[in-house]
Amino acid sequence: MQLVALISVLFIGGLVAWLAERRNHDWPKWVSLITILLSALLMIPLFSLEPTSVPLGAATSQWLLVYEAPWIPRFGISFLLGMDGLSLLMVALTLFLGLVALASSWNEIDHQPGFFQFNLMWTLAGVTGVFVALDLFLFFFFWEVMLIPMYFLIAIWGHENKAYASMKFFLFTQISGLFMLLSILAFVFAAADLTGNFTFNYFDLVGLNLDPDLAWWLMLGFFVAFVVKLPGFPFHTWLPDAHTQAPTAASVLLAGILLKTGAYGLIRFTVPLFPEAAMEIAQVAMLLGAIGVVYGAIMAFAQDDFKRLVAYSSVSHMGFVLIGIFAWRELTLQGSVMQMVAHGLSTAALFMIAGALQHRLHTRDVSEMGGLWKDMPRMGAIAMFFIIASLGMPGLGNFVGEFMILMGTFQVNVPITVFASLGLIVAAVYSLVAMQRVFQGAPTADRNLQDFDLREVATMVLMMLGLVYLGVHPQPVFDMVEPALTSLYQLTGPMHEWVGAAR
Amino acid sequence: MSDQQLVAILPHILLSALILIQMMVIAFARNLVTTVVISIIALVLTGLAFIPVHSLIPIVVTPLIVLDGYAIFYSGLILMSATAVTLMAYDYFKDREERQDEFFMLLLLATLGALILVCSSHFASLILGLELLGVSLYTMISYPRKGLLTLEAALKYLILSGVSSTFILFGAALIYAISGSLGFAELATIGSAENGTGELFLTAGSALIFGGIMFKLSLTPFHMWTPDVYEGAPAPVTAFVATVSKGAIFAISLRLFTSSGLIETSSILTGLSIVAILSMLAGNLLALKQDNVKRILAYSSIAHLGYLMVAFIAAGMVGGKVLAFEASSYFLFAYFITTLGAFGVVTIVSLRDHEKDAGDISNYEGLFWHRPLLAIMFTLTLLSLAGIPLTVGFIGKFYIFTAGVTTTLWLLLLTVIAGSGIGLFYYLRIIFAMTKRTDASVSEIEIPLAGGCAVAAISAAMLLFGIYPAPVINLINNLIA
Repeated sequence: MQLVALISVLFIGGLVAWLAERRNHDWPKWVSLITILLSALLMIPLFSLEPTSVPLGAATSQWLLVYEAPWIPRFGISFLLGMDGLSLLMVALTLFLGLVALASSWNEIDHQPGFFQFNLMWTLAGVTGVFVALDLFLFFFFWEVMLIPMYFLIAIWGHENKAYASMKFFLFTQISGLFMLLSILAFVFAAADLTGNFTFNYFDLVGLNLDPDLAWWLMLGFFVAFVVKLPGFPFHTWLPDAHTQAPTAASVLLAGILLKTGAYGLIRFTVPLFPEAAMEIAQVAMLLGAIGVVYGAIMAFAQDDFKRLVAYSSVSHMGFVLIGIFAWRELTLQGSVMQMVAHGLSTAALFMIAGALQHRLHTRDVSEMGGLWKDMPRMGAIAMFFIIASLGMPGLGNFVGEFMILMGTFQVNVPITVFASLGLIVAAVYSLVAMQRVFQGAPTADRNLQDFDLREVATMVLMMLGLVYLGVHPQPVFDMVEPALTSLYQLTGPMHEWVGAAR
Repeated sequence: MSDQQLVAILPHILLSALILIQMMVIAFARNLVTTVVISIIALVLTGLAFIPVHSLIPIVVTPLIVLDGYAIFYSGLILMSATAVTLMAYDYFKDREERQDEFFMLLLLATLGALILVCSSHFASLILGLELLGVSLYTMISYPRKGLLTLEAALKYLILSGVSSTFILFGAALIYAISGSLGFAELATIGSAENGTGELFLTAGSALIFGGIMFKLSLTPFHMWTPDVYEGAPAPVTAFVATVSKGAIFAISLRLFTSSGLIETSSILTGLSIVAILSMLAGNLLALKQDNVKRILAYSSIAHLGYLMVAFIAAGMVGGKVLAFEASSYFLFAYFITTLGAFGVVTIVSLRDHEKDAGDISNYEGLFWHRPLLAIMFTLTLLSLAGIPLTVGFIGKFYIFTAGVTTTLWLLLLTVIAGSGIGLFYYLRIIFAMTKRTDASVSEIEIPLAGGCAVAAISAAMLLFGIYPAPVINLINNLIA
């Protein structure tokens, strides 16, 4: 029930924010703030819940909360929500970054603030739903629900090329989503042949003995939808456009949490539902991940547009996550989760800085910047911190994630590990060059710019503390997600070994 | 005729009687409000008359008519849309032509035709219903006599619809020549026993019939008339053509082809698959280059009928029949309310200009900021047409997928995906236009009471049954399965 309340608060908050605009132009953002705080408040007791065991295929899984209500009984579709450590972590990240997005847009939106906040809240609600839905139909439902408000955020409040970017974003995710829907249905009907009744219930669908050929195609449908969202090379092309054109708050949400839904889907659904088929594609997926890491980094180096640069760095970092998931070791899975959280924080911060720069300079072109540290020392120092974090400096969260992924993958596939590691070098190059071009050197013009104010500094400091905490003391996060990952891992075992043994 | 049979066709008798009464009232005391009120009363009473029928089903009334759950479900849909169209038409016509009363009589007549169509079990009643519907529609389309586009639309519809009716007649004649029967159910027993020449006659006959039906359903390659008629006809009439006319004809063709077993012929199934694929692709691709909302909706309806054909084909596959009936019923339900919503908004936006309906996409720019409620309703209908969750269109598309998956129609389903992808372009284009920041003249739009209530109710239904479809699913299962 708490889960239903959590999602409903966000949905209702969005509606209230929209209506509040009629009374006062400033009310919507306050309504949003209250909404997020309220749902955060609802989340606090969840952290101290004792998990209960639910059988999941051949394994047992630990769930903090499971809620089920009938929805469309004709097809065995139920309103099934569940939360384990992994979901909890992701939802916490969602709400936190929702707060960051709200803070980043606090004074930026003059046009229709009510509808803006409505879309912001509904995106958060959709993403939260994705992280807790355990009925495949419901999952798909939320998967699509988070798209529409994001489309509006880009299409209405975006920058000069918003029509193209928003359309591309919607088309990529929607079409890949339909492939997933086709897979879900074919899967459910195949499962109905095996078990005798229709069900979209995750617990009933895990661990079925499907025909291997069919399973491969079904897996592919899920895989494509999630890899497009991740985004994995070569399906990443929507991302630089969408990120660049989106308003700051939408960029923060896109990079911070929407990309994570793809990774979450791979961990929660693709591999556990179709372990054998997933392992057949694992080497390809890891290769795509590694290409994404290096390609994204090289492309980031070549960008003059600051937001595009950050967007390509996202492609690079999410490549690590893809590698980590398909290496499918406990170590790499934990690394992937850590990378997701750390990337969420660092990239959200970088997009906020990019947005702040655009707000002040009215350009995103790096070649027109330079020497900004002089005008805005606070912003410069903060940017320095996040750029260092993003390039993988030990002691910060991103390093922990990437290091664990590479270490675990080394036992599975050495060439891919070596290749992906090259990405770290290029990352250092593009990050530092960007820092230098934007903030250092002689100022290119005489500007009188306003440095970060208290609201911005406070938001940034929160994220900095988060990254430092993840970097020096990551254990609590691992403890939180460990039961979830272990149960998924039990389901399949160290698959690369038995795939190797079979050949 | 027994009492029970009389009760079973009471709705039709009642509607006919009320049409006569309405005619008398118009003849003696012409008043638009009275006419519309009689129309609404007629539609509601006819709907209520189906309640006693429900306990009798299935019941055969003469060889011509059968009343079963299927007929009742589609009759309900038809009456619902006719009511919505009546409300929209009232707003549309009240300030225009001098004599609008007859329009509402024609609308009732067309509705009666559609009602007969969905419960016919014999070629004679099929043709009767078809022509009653068709002839009323020609007049309804050309009702505002002054517009050139309107006349073009009416003439096109008249000629092509006439031609397609002759196709159907000739096909029926061929089938009669070999089987000696005009009832659908008798065909099933004769059809399977035939071979050689007989089989050829049957296949040729059913191909001709389907050719005629394709015209009426605007399936590619017989779709040419659709955009012109949609654009030229008054917006409420377009809504009627798109929903009642197409829905009733689809319902009867599904009944004809499944109960006679004609659909199980493999050559027919292949032909249908090609038609379905062509319609989905042509409808969506041709819509891309349009700047007129009514034309976009026309092409989108071609594509939607293509999606619906997937369920039709599934009905002819082994083990697909039950789910296919359920799927096409839900899809049509979704399509009906979505299309009514879309044309309802077009009607409201068109009220300002008495010369020409608001077709051009620029008429909708800035609607989001000046008339947010209207824009939200239009956005909902467009998202529903695109099949996005939270709307009823998504459940409809979900049903099409289930029907296709159970009968393993992979190629058709991949085309559905491709078509839906292309479709997003033009639906989003309209939504994007509505979000533009302009000081356009949309602020002058006034939302009328009758049409506004109709569109609001439709939008609410679109959301409600998109989020919680179980009631409608249960209803369909009770009536049809």
